Amino acid sequence: MELTGAEILWESLMREGVEVVFGIPGGASIPIFDAMLKYPIHHVLTRHEQGAAHMADGYARASGKVGVALATSGPGATNLVTGIATAMLDSTPVVFITGQVQSYLIGGDAFQEVDVTGITLPITKHNYLITQADQIAPAVCEAFYIARTGRPGPVLIDICKDAQIEKTEFVYPEKIELVGYKPPRTAPTHLLNKAAEMIHASKKPIILAGHGALISQAMDVIQQLARTTQTPVAMTLLGLGAMPASDPLSLGMMGMHGEAYCNLAIQNSDLIIALGMRFDDRVTGNLKTYAPHAKKIHIEIDPSEVDKNVAVDLPLIGDLKTVLSDLLPLIEEVHHDQWLEQIEEWRAESDSRDILYWPDDGKLYTAQVIHNIWEATQGNAVLVTGVGQHQMWAAQYYRFEKPYRFITSGGAGTMGFGVPAALGAWFADQQNEVWLVDGDGSFQMTQAELSTMVQEGANVKIAIMNNHFLGMVRQWQEFFYDSRYSGTPLTGPDFVKIAEAHGIPGRRITQREEIYPALEFAKNTRGPVLLNFIVEKEDAVYPMVPAGADLHAMIRRPVRQTEEIV
Amino acid sequence: MQHTLIALVENKPGVLNRVASLFRRRNFNIDSLNVGQTEKPDISRMTIVVDSDSTDARHVEANLYKLVNVIDVQDVTGQPAVVRDLALIKVNAKLSQRAEIANLASIFRGRIVDVAAESVIVEITGTEDKIDSLTELLRPFGIIEMVRTGQVAMMRGNYAPVRHLPGAGSNGNHHEVLMN
Ligand SMILES: Cc1ncc(C[n+]2csc(CCOP(=O)(O)OP(=O)(O)O)c2C)c(N)n1
Repeated sequence: MELTGAEILWESLMREGVEVVFGIPGGASIPIFDAMLKYPIHHVLTRHEQGAAHMADGYARASGKVGVALATSGPGATNLVTGIATAMLDSTPVVFITGQVQSYLIGGDAFQEVDVTGITLPITKHNYLITQADQIAPAVCEAFYIARTGRPGPVLIDICKDAQIEKTEFVYPEKIELVGYKPPRTAPTHLLNKAAEMIHASKKPIILAGHGALISQAMDVIQQLARTTQTPVAMTLLGLGAMPASDPLSLGMMGMHGEAYCNLAIQNSDLIIALGMRFDDRVTGNLKTYAPHAKKIHIEIDPSEVDKNVAVDLPLIGDLKTVLSDLLPLIEEVHHDQWLEQIEEWRAESDSRDILYWPDDGKLYTAQVIHNIWEATQGNAVLVTGVGQHQMWAAQYYRFEKPYRFITSGGAGTMGFGVPAALGAWFADQQNEVWLVDGDGSFQMTQAELSTMVQEGANVKIAIMNNHFLGMVRQWQEFFYDSRYSGTPLTGPDFVKIAEAHGIPGRRITQREEIYPALEFAKNTRGPVLLNFIVEKEDAVYPMVPAGADLHAMIRRPVRQTEEIV
Repeated sequence: MQHTLIALVENKPGVLNRVASLFRRRNFNIDSLNVGQTEKPDISRMTIVVDSDSTDARHVEANLYKLVNVIDVQDVTGQPAVVRDLALIKVNAKLSQRAEIANLASIFRGRIVDVAAESVIVEITGTEDKIDSLTELLRPFGIIEMVRTGQVAMMRGNYAPVRHLPGAGSNGNHHEVLMN
């Protein structure tokens, strides 16, 4: 049967199992929106295309499926750019569909013509410019395959308006022939044997689990490796959930704001088993002094990540779960009681500095609030964040027992990710509570999507950690720029009134004893609720490894004497 | 030091742009890049010469494979390969100098392909060194303009090129991907 290009697009999306798309229409995508009415795919009208991009991204992270965002040509497409880069840097599978001017106008600076494939070339895994209707189905089929396989990432399809209108025979490709795209599977046996030898020989091993652990769904094999070899597991920001936080072998988060005992364990290890992580500068600190005594095994699907930042002794290129499943039969039980005891000593020292033990001094601390949210949700919520101090505290204090529950912009550190990503996550997961822990700065960047949340009736609980600062930058200014607070003090609106203007309930919380009732109120109210926590303005996230410093050279939270509090 | 890589890529619009964009983004230093047709109309062949003091050939290879349109990457550096560059050199040549220039060119198996009143164009194919030497000898006559294609390369006989990531391309066995 002959269909228009726009109909072919929706037919193709249906075949890829798409249930929801996020976006805004415009002149160059009207045919797509017109055809949409015939298909049972839900469209979420966002208030800004950046919101659409983050929603699709949040949806993808929480569901493991491919997210879809739609925008028109020109400014619609360029508004997606931050969201595309965010998905690229965190390897999340999102297909972006943009309208483009008629094919015969391309290159002539027509109204709302922007070279979108050119702009997005370095921030997509792949992209397409479609000028004819018969190219649409193959492009969609390939785009979804490329987005979700190998190292996932965003793929953009830019479709000219005439291709949307043109009619052609619809055939959905049965198989994909991509001569240049073959994601690696597993490593050869002799290298697996070598890895096993190295693991058996180690006295002080440590596993570093990254986002790849979750993407590859390798949690169980990682935990099996850890338990068989008594190897503690440190996680990157995006790797949290690979090992339950309550497991004695879990060391929590590593890196710039990692636990001190975790960073010390890395620095003192004699073997690093890096799993689906890329030794980002935020996790290594100074490369020259990074884990100096450790041999390194790196299991990674993207060969270009091997030896990029840290030279490794044994790279195993392949899908993490497959490689580990092939490796596990070669692994014998080993014990490292002494090593674990040493780590427990460091852990006890860290715990003694914990802010949670501070007696009530009349102020609210973000860490405390997040800890209470964790308690109130039994650690089971899908937790979404903005970017800044609150994000790091969320990583430290919301102790993730399960994967795919922490939705946060890591590689790009995109403020404004929170509100839209939380809505996207809610579409993906309506079994679990969705909580957004946001900063007052981050929240205001995409606050407009609150209105989208209300229109969609999303059951998202919003907790703003309102410190009246761009807190993380303020912290750097405090530590490294003699507390010159340039461009960081922030006055926001009355967020409770903002909530009310959207017809949703809001509460302002200033005292510790108000936290629980507010959380209970939010939990017991159907639909979005906004909680405005007025937190200590000049609190700092500890420990902190200054950018470029040695990983063990952490600035620690000062041990607080009781006298100080009075 | 230079490294010479061969990349087989899909012959599609924009592929050269993708490769060039990748090199720029990753800050790779490229000495020359040549693109041409192959025995298959849907495949183009790139010969990429990188400055290996600043750019690790293996990283270039691994990054090229990230591009969906790149089919295979080989390293022919130091291998039994035929490596050629072609140059056209326009030199000042009075009537009295033509014979001398023709002579010099023929020593290098070059030839004169155009003669004008005051100049000639010398065409030469060969290794970089050979072309460099002839260029130096022609310089005293006065080089008016010059163009070089950049290297193209092909392995001799059945010799296999080096693949730092055997199997990463579509020609290999995907269960054999390794780095060492
Ligand atoms: C889009 C964007 N702009 C700027 C920054 C730089 N930046 C990083 S953290 C931060 C402060 C965030 O403030 P807020 O959202 O209030 O969170 P807090 O640190 O106070 O918890 C800024 C400005 C960024 N990460 N993203």
